[in-house]
Amino acid sequence: MVEGIIDRSTFAELQASAGEDFVNELIDTFFEEVPPMFDELRAALAAGNVDAFRRAAHSLKSNSQTFGALNLGAMARELELGGLPADAAPIDALAHEYAGAKAALTALRHG
Amino acid sequence: MVELRGSAARLLVCDDNKVNRLLLARSLELQGHSVASAENGRVALEMLRAALAAQAFDLLLLDMEMPEMNGFQVLEQLTADHGLRGLPVIVTSSLEGIANVVRCIELGAEDYLSKPVNPVLLKARIGASLEKKRLRDQQAALVRRFATSEVAQDMQQSGFALGGRRVQGAVMFSDIRGFTALVESQPPEETIELLNTYYTLMFEAISGHGGVVNQMIGDGLMAIFGAPLPLPDHSAAAVRAALDMIEMIDLLNADRVAGGKAAIRIGIGIATGEMVAGYTGTQQRATYTCIGDTVNLAARLEAHTKVAQRAILVDAATRACMPPPLAAEALGAVQFHGKAAPVEVFAVASD
Repeated sequence: MVEGIIDRSTFAELQASAGEDFVNELIDTFFEEVPPMFDELRAALAAGNVDAFRRAAHSLKSNSQTFGALNLGAMARELELGGLPADAAPIDALAHEYAGAKAALTALRHG
Repeated sequence: MVELRGSAARLLVCDDNKVNRLLLARSLELQGHSVASAENGRVALEMLRAALAAQAFDLLLLDMEMPEMNGFQVLEQLTADHGLRGLPVIVTSSLEGIANVVRCIELGAEDYLSKPVNPVLLKARIGASLEKKRLRDQQAALVRRFATSEVAQDMQQSGFALGGRRVQGAVMFSDIRGFTALVESQPPEETIELLNTYYTLMFEAISGHGGVVNQMIGDGLMAIFGAPLPLPDHSAAAVRAALDMIEMIDLLNADRVAGGKAAIRIGIGIATGEMVAGYTGTQQRATYTCIGDTVNLAARLEAHTKVAQRAILVDAATRACMPPPLAAEALGAVQFHGKAAPVEVFAVASD
């Protein structure tokens, strides 16, 4: 499961350059930071705030790429570039992908 | 100056995203740097400005997409801030589109690294930026040593170009009376020491009133008030500087007489008006100077102090710009060499 969701070479590089313990802490930070980003996406969509929506999607994209969650990053990038979506469906899809990435990262963290 | 190549630098990381901030700070700390972080542009600017007074940052790593104040706004503010203009900035961002990258560089960013930042590339870019900054600092220090800070600032702001522009200002000439006899009466080492003390005191008095010493010839000096940077009340500033110079010479003399040495006296001439100011010379070697009738007149007035037996002489234009308690006595018209008409001369009351 992990192979498809997290790019192993990106993740290994991150561990090699920053240290495994540090990366474990960084994953915890990521898990804490992501739910507010989703809140922000939903709130921005409800309020019609394009800038806030773009910023939240941008942040998610950036962090996903850091950990090698390439598909999650690509989906976030589409939201970043696509403006406000018609409904919350793309956010739900993104949240689903994030749940997978979170499980994969948790597995890697303990692996 | 601190040698930065291969050694620790003080870096500021500005990113609203906590994961990015932690990771970047970690990479930089592993490279041996000391790192502080800010969560948006406004906080970063506050930290950069506060650090100027103590230990300034050597480099800023800047994210672009941030709430409150984004990276573009930070770059604009840095350019407008005299104290922070020289700070190298490396943009670390995952901004979409080459136009944004170009905009960063145009706004003065030194380099652009896209996120996720490759640590090896980061190290190389930081090394190059710090080295460039070191060279720039060295160059600026060199310019400061051989030019005044005003001229150095003018050069940094508008660049170096030969040629002049018309400005309104006051010109001052000053020299030591009976200097030749003094030189012959004492060993050369003592003369050098006297000159160094004399110039230190005169520079202090002149720059204290916003003037710029642009030439030193033997015991004489020429100073400009109102160029390269405009100076309000340039004439009054020049007269006040002249009074300070006389006072400093009095203090110096008290010291000299106590040490069994002869007192020295100086003469000062000041004229006010239009002049052409700029860099003259060649592309390889140039000085900042002023030329024009005003400059010639100031030199004539200074020479005339010997004849008039007064310490400070000024022209009518300078006299007209001397608010009380500054006072001057009319000495009548004097026919100067090279001047078609006689010139009204005034002696500034110096005690």
